[in-house]
Amino acid sequence: MNYIDPHIHMVSRTTDDYETLAKMGCVAMSEPAFWAGFDRGSAESFRDYFNQLTDVEPKRAAQYGIQHFAWLCINAKEAENVELSREVLKLIPEFLDRPNVLGIGEIGLNKNTRNEAIIFQEHMELAVAHDQSVLIHTPHLADKYQGTRMILDMLADHSIDRHRILVDHVEEHTIGAVLDAGYWAGMTLYPVTKCTPSRAVDMIEKFGAERLCVNSAGDWGPSKPTAVPDLILEMRRRGHSEALIQKVVHDNPKEYFSQSKNFSLDR
Amino acid sequence: MNANEILDREFLEIRAKLLDVAAAFDRLERADGSVESDPRMQLLKTAAKLNATDSDHNLSRAEKMQMLFSRQYDPEWIKSFDLSQRG
Repeated sequence: MNYIDPHIHMVSRTTDDYETLAKMGCVAMSEPAFWAGFDRGSAESFRDYFNQLTDVEPKRAAQYGIQHFAWLCINAKEAENVELSREVLKLIPEFLDRPNVLGIGEIGLNKNTRNEAIIFQEHMELAVAHDQSVLIHTPHLADKYQGTRMILDMLADHSIDRHRILVDHVEEHTIGAVLDAGYWAGMTLYPVTKCTPSRAVDMIEKFGAERLCVNSAGDWGPSKPTAVPDLILEMRRRGHSEALIQKVVHDNPKEYFSQSKNFSLDR
Repeated sequence: MNANEILDREFLEIRAKLLDVAAAFDRLERADGSVESDPRMQLLKTAAKLNATDSDHNLSRAEKMQMLFSRQYDPEWIKSFDLSQRG
């Protein structure tokens, strides 16, 4: 089955991973800007990173017939440095017209601090000013519930169309509030700290498939870039229809991405 | 799938996961030193007991366990951070 991975960090993955993903049916992916595993020292490092996301990775993906899209921001962890964040925010508009850019992301909170909240708000203002969709990271583990509620509080203040916002990494205790508020939700299949394929299918069965996407968030940490096919298999084993599976892993991300002017799907 | 089919499919997997948890508690008890006063141990023991309770209409067991391991949310956080509403 053809599928789209709406959240994967291919700058951290090998070319062999592109080949494997293509063989498993991945036809498109989107890569949000994130933490590199270390704090970068200057805004110019982000300029290079944004070039990597908007020029290098699309070419690597294209070698295997995969369309690569990207989201730009300074991530929540480095947003603790407000001065650096504001320099990076100034850079972003010059990249928004690159042909694979879908919007602003993954912005969000990490430890739910005041500085993170300030930079989140400034990213939202940038998104509204430039008519961009937004992909939002919610915090890990013990911080997730509190951080998700704080993010929903901040989003409620903005006039942006809620269907243009995807709140990612939802789990059992946060998915309901996100969907009820009218946003898209993303479930991340990630060992130990996020969600397993079984629990993700449980949530699909409980909440339905509307405005719900699933991703691997494959990155430089312990993660599995082929996690979306794992979910496809689990849905099949439970007897779900091919149409429902396709909606979750292909049609839903396509519908969400289609609100971005740079998105079109070749196949 | 109905409940019988799910149990048939997942019985051994669930059994293995529960055994893994039991063995982890044994490993902690067997090791030198004690972590009994560590608040994380109390969380783990409360979570283990949660699996044996009935679910209720408001929260599933998985939601209850997630909330057990979550920091509390303060609805007044914007005021305490001295941040103005914007948008």
